[in-house]
Amino acid sequence: MSRTPLDTVEHATATPDVELPWAELGLKKDEYERVVEILGRRPTGAELAMYSVMWSEHCSYKSSKVHLRQFGEKAPESDAMLVGIGENAGVVDVGQGYAVTFKVESHNHPSYVEPYQGAATGVGGIVRDIIAMGARPVAVVDPLRFGAADHPDTKRVLPGVVAGIGGYGNCLGLPNIGGEVVFDACYQGNPLVNAGAIGVMRHEDIHLAKASGAGNKVILYGARTGGDGIGGASILASETFDDAKPSKRPAVQVGDPFQEKLLIECTLEAFKEKLVVGIQDLGAAGLSCATSELASNGSGGMRVTLDDVPLRDSTLSPEEILMSESQERMCAVVEPEKVDRFLEICDKWDVIATVIGEVTDGDRLEIYWHGGKIVDVDPRTVAHDGPVYERPYARPEWQDALQADDANKLPRPETSEQLKDQVLKLVGSPNQASKQWITQQYDHFVQGNTVLAQPEDSGMIRVDEESGLGVAIATDGNGRYAKLDPYTGAQLALAEAYRNVATTGAKPLAVSDCLNFGSPEDPAVMWQFAEAVRGLADGCLQLGTPVTGGNVSLYNQTGEAAIHPTPVVAVLGVIDDVARRTPVAFQEEGQLLYLLGDTREEFGGSAWSQVIHDHLGGLPPKVDLERERLLGEILISASRDGMIDSAHDLSDGGLVQAVVESALLGGKGARLVVPDGLDAFTFLFSESAGRAVVAVPRSEELRFNDMCGARGLPATRIGVVDGDAVEVQGEFTLPLTDLREAHEGTIPALLA
Amino acid sequence: MTARIGVVTFPGSLDDRDTQRAIRVAGAEPVSLWHKDKDLKQVDAVVLCGGFSYGDYLRAGAIARFSPVMDTVIEQAKAGLPVLGICNGFQILTEAHLLPGGMLGNDHLHFICRDQKLRVENADTSWTSDYAAGQEIHIPLKNMDGRYVADRRTLDELEAEGRVAFRYLDMNPNGSLNDIAGITNAAGNVVGLMPHPEHAVEPLIGTGRTDGLPFFTSILKKLVNA
Repeated sequence: MSRTPLDTVEHATATPDVELPWAELGLKKDEYERVVEILGRRPTGAELAMYSVMWSEHCSYKSSKVHLRQFGEKAPESDAMLVGIGENAGVVDVGQGYAVTFKVESHNHPSYVEPYQGAATGVGGIVRDIIAMGARPVAVVDPLRFGAADHPDTKRVLPGVVAGIGGYGNCLGLPNIGGEVVFDACYQGNPLVNAGAIGVMRHEDIHLAKASGAGNKVILYGARTGGDGIGGASILASETFDDAKPSKRPAVQVGDPFQEKLLIECTLEAFKEKLVVGIQDLGAAGLSCATSELASNGSGGMRVTLDDVPLRDSTLSPEEILMSESQERMCAVVEPEKVDRFLEICDKWDVIATVIGEVTDGDRLEIYWHGGKIVDVDPRTVAHDGPVYERPYARPEWQDALQADDANKLPRPETSEQLKDQVLKLVGSPNQASKQWITQQYDHFVQGNTVLAQPEDSGMIRVDEESGLGVAIATDGNGRYAKLDPYTGAQLALAEAYRNVATTGAKPLAVSDCLNFGSPEDPAVMWQFAEAVRGLADGCLQLGTPVTGGNVSLYNQTGEAAIHPTPVVAVLGVIDDVARRTPVAFQEEGQLLYLLGDTREEFGGSAWSQVIHDHLGGLPPKVDLERERLLGEILISASRDGMIDSAHDLSDGGLVQAVVESALLGGKGARLVVPDGLDAFTFLFSESAGRAVVAVPRSEELRFNDMCGARGLPATRIGVVDGDAVEVQGEFTLPLTDLREAHEGTIPALLA
Repeated sequence: MTARIGVVTFPGSLDDRDTQRAIRVAGAEPVSLWHKDKDLKQVDAVVLCGGFSYGDYLRAGAIARFSPVMDTVIEQAKAGLPVLGICNGFQILTEAHLLPGGMLGNDHLHFICRDQKLRVENADTSWTSDYAAGQEIHIPLKNMDGRYVADRRTLDELEAEGRVAFRYLDMNPNGSLNDIAGITNAAGNVVGLMPHPEHAVEPLIGTGRTDGLPFFTSILKKLVNA
């Protein structure tokens, strides 16, 4: 079989009329024409490969960019922000010389195709983003969404995803401390597998993805490059080059957590010895992304010899090498005199490391293969100057009808017996049930700094052993609320994550987000996206918590049916001394239960409306971010001054859900009294935002009440921690054993 | 005076830093040991910590057993050096034949992480003397391959000689025979268990219990008083 000549820059210039498979690689005609215009000639096959992956929706954010700008434009003043949007992950100052980096990303599509590897490599990718900032990863969190709990395919996807997250994260030695598991039929063909990670470093250890200093070496280290994770490249390869080799390679990457663990240790050791000028992990778009971003962010150009890339499969074409998404690889820029030491450290950890190029004093990214120059581009045009779309968006016609279908008008329980039945049904419904069967497959303890882990309101990690300084993280999202009103839904997600962090006693500092939506080509979806971003940006400005980075996942739809708009928000907080943290579990009998905040008749999008009526309509709960901030301040002060012994935020499922969880976790019941002005149903099931329930030792009651009174936060005494049942006086008594059976039995029965 | 306790880091070791901290909390001096290094730096005792040494790709602990550091550990353990194997370390000790039996995948086929109740069956080993025999403790458990198995004769021997050091209580989390959570060699200097005492040494961290600390104070007292 004869081989076509190598498609070098020279060859491309000489053969302007050669047809390239740009459409198969996902480029639009005008995008391809733009590439030709930028280069002043047709691209080589390798250049086309790079532009096509880097200009993909996933890498270029071409549909979302115009909206995401608001996160910068509306960013609140914050002294905490050290590195903002645009780097691998944002970095915030948490005091005492420590900086924390955190980010949430999606790995939705691969996880549906191949749940175990999709989810596993999602963890791997986010963890490399954290290392690339110079930090030691200290924890992961996993917000997950699946189709209906009783759908047969959920039993394929969920256990695979959970095992993949556990298999990878556990093997990396990262405690899994938070996240969510949500079921809804809208995620049937499009499960959402979001993965978040936190890393800790000293301020001086912050590293950035840039290649500077002519003569500095570019070192690729980690796993060998293979054919996994190549999407369109195989098409390119089979059409342009050698037909004789395997053409359909798996598009889902395969993870090797052991290799990644070595990568973490060897990278951190190199950082410690100050050997690294710039660093970038290889994730989506592999080497195409790493080389173009490093070069684009630096002061010079870059020359790379692709022949030097260690391969798992010697038949790979240069295009495939550039597009491969083989996992567990990183790229470092190292001064020449430090290269030997860098390689030595890699050798110590049995990590393959190869100098593949160097920083030049020009401004071009040049890539060579078999002696021929196959790429000669301005790296900025690849990495940053991708297309930007102003996609049309319009409020969908059905939005009014959906909002008019008021959940507050649904039939409510008429007797105490019905009320009690509905409580049992709610706490045992898949979304409200205990997720212990899932979370016990994750290591919570490794590294020995876990202060709180799920099912606590936020995960909390000790940062400094001496001072007790710690960080907390919570992730939240509610697609049902966002479907009813994306602007409010996004703010509710932010408010809930903010509240969850404050409930544990930590001060919210910054935000990362993972924005999961349907197809941007549908104006209705685009409207949901635009509204959610606007809501989140406005909310962050008001709460003073800047967005430090995040991720957009579009095209989460099967046919015409898009998922609920699902902005997932992660809030990071800091606590001066983890000894002051507040757990969810009731601690002592006799302590007084206070409900903080206002309870209104708000049932739109509620768990009650879903569980009892399978209904979604009306308006989501109102958001009052000033109230959230006040509630947060009260919770933090109360925890710092020892005025509360347990606290739980109120969100989906309302008060009864929160009380049942605190009771079951603490093994102590509660006697509740319906407060004046509320009916039992609204008291128990309303999902009004800005609320929490706290347990106050009797000795602190006066002081606590005074504080709430002085600050203007409604605090209503609703009962006492007592006994081995949850009793609502005058209505019903539910023994903890019954509640436990309902709450803890559901998920194992469905999935085990 | 204190004791110097080595903690081996294999590629894929995860709890090495935690174990060093636990040793420090107990008042001893942790010493970092490297898998490629035969030299034990004259430590008084060694802990093989948890993790997935060499990825555990062949069989948990099977490759680590052949590392240079293990040559010395095996030799000195036979001569009386106190060695504690936690989780992957326990797996390595069985692969190295310092302890009998072996570990299979959990019977439910899932990784399991929980606060596990145990009974201390043998408080006469180098690593358990600060417990009372029969004492019930809670120690975090987290593993994929924790199902202890051995042939009937070995099990009978372990039981008859009082070499079952720890037994699972309330629930058997992985299908281990005889509810065995940990065992000791006949001399009592080599102990292995699946649960992680190093994760239960500080009141605020993990489960908030300190039931694991006596492992490290036991050995410290033994070494200091020796």
